[in-house]
Amino acid sequence: MSKLNMELPGLSMKNPIMPASGCFGFGQEYGKLYDLSKLGAIAIKATTVETRFGNPTPRVAETSSGMLNAIGLQNPGLEHVLGNELVWLENYDVPIIANVAGSKIEDYIEVAEKISKAQNVHALELNISCPNVKEGGIAFGTNPEVASELTKLVKEVSDVPVYVKLSPNVTDIVEMAVAVEKAGADGLSMINTLLGMRIDLKKRKPILANGFGGLSGPAVKPVAIRMVHQVSQAVSIPIIGMGGVSTAEDVVEFFLAGASAVAVGTANFVDPFVCPNIIDKLPSVLDELEVTHISELIGGSWK
Amino acid sequence: MIVANMEIISQRKIASDVYELVLKGAELVNYATQGQFLHLKVSEGTDPLLRRPISIAKIDKEKGELTVIYRAEGKGTSMLALKQAGEEVSVLGPLGNGFSLNGTKRGEVAVLIGGGIGVPPLYELSLQLVSAGVKVIHVLGFAGSDDVFYEEKFTKLGETYVATMDGTYGEAGTVIDVIDKKGLSFDTIYSCGPTPMLKAIEKSFPEKKGFLSLEERMGCGIGACFACVCHVKNDPTRNAYKKICTDGPVFAIGEVEL
Repeated sequence: MSKLNMELPGLSMKNPIMPASGCFGFGQEYGKLYDLSKLGAIAIKATTVETRFGNPTPRVAETSSGMLNAIGLQNPGLEHVLGNELVWLENYDVPIIANVAGSKIEDYIEVAEKISKAQNVHALELNISCPNVKEGGIAFGTNPEVASELTKLVKEVSDVPVYVKLSPNVTDIVEMAVAVEKAGADGLSMINTLLGMRIDLKKRKPILANGFGGLSGPAVKPVAIRMVHQVSQAVSIPIIGMGGVSTAEDVVEFFLAGASAVAVGTANFVDPFVCPNIIDKLPSVLDELEVTHISELIGGSWK
Repeated sequence: MIVANMEIISQRKIASDVYELVLKGAELVNYATQGQFLHLKVSEGTDPLLRRPISIAKIDKEKGELTVIYRAEGKGTSMLALKQAGEEVSVLGPLGNGFSLNGTKRGEVAVLIGGGIGVPPLYELSLQLVSAGVKVIHVLGFAGSDDVFYEEKFTKLGETYVATMDGTYGEAGTVIDVIDKKGLSFDTIYSCGPTPMLKAIEKSFPEKKGFLSLEERMGCGIGACFACVCHVKNDPTRNAYKKICTDGPVFAIGEVEL
């Protein structure tokens, strides 16, 4: 019997491990390396109405145990994603979480309405936390009223459950989480990246062409764990936890904090096989901890 | 493309802060071609976190060995420079589209223009061009005399000119200055080096066909993270792009914006 299967709104998963949006493209690069059907779900790269080139380069800078990125939501646009990327993903037996982004409310609504009708899109992830675009993104994710309004409007048009991806760049993440739950969110995913910057000593300028970017990787994991721990006690909707996950032990830690599934982001860049490796390793880690099913761990640090 | 541990056969310093590393023992050696790169993990822990893209300088399929040359300038490459023969390094590769040999016919002349740490991938390319019957001329630019490496090796394969910016070795000036001064004539250009040098090459020889190898800060190295994209030339939408890690690092002259 599986120790790993999980049922979340819209998502019937073989295991609770998925690559995080923005760290896996639309799966095609990783599909050359392993069978994507092995994954619990796939959160595809943020999709906007129009094609976006994104920010100038350099778009990444390394930090101690982490990295900064300022890609700027580069994607081929809604029509292309519907007609190509999602069609290609139908080759795999894996639920897709479509990450929805935009610079105006109307953009979010248009993408959400259309992409939620795709056959293999089983949930939406509302991206109100991208720190790297001048309009939209994080602007929707730092004010509870704006975030709830957007959540309501997207819920009205979506055919599938809506997870709201929260930004850690707020004073009170619990307030944000409670607000979007009240607005009808079916789940939360957290955390997006933390705003950061690195400066080139010789040029005396930020390394990233965008100036600042989002910090991810093992460096942010304690922040993510703390936030999941706080939020999971304040809401009754499930949380997809993320932030620096790179081992099966990290997955257990997120579950104990209160997550019901876990997304792996930056670690995919270090080891492209990290997701299947974690999935293979998890059962033995659970055995060592004398856990029969991973769901027993949810919120185990505060229950 | 695979992830594998390779054994360090040797590591030696060949110029100021420049190291030559010979790696052995992975199947990926059999697939590697000139101009491709390896993504190396310099430590087992999380600091530094990301892999380092380093171009392949020599491929020895018989021995199962790959040679890479890199400059130890940041934290990661400085840690790599401390590794010794017998130790292992995690390697992801071979990555990228390297130099195509189809651009130049037997008997034609190719000029290989390298700048600094852009010189290494031209070595395997030169070996391949020579064995394909192409006449090669090398023009190698460095900052100063302490930075020069592989001059003898290139000289064995064909005419070789070294230029230094400070004039402490070879010809003083840029690689373009040397080509002009020596009146070199050629059919094809192959180049790797700093972007200003590549731009100067594009501008100086607008009628020549050729290939340029680009460098950019990378994340994944396999095309998934969109860190290392560039614009395509003559694209009024400004939305078309190429990924340097997978569409490149080698592009035909005029294909992408430098």
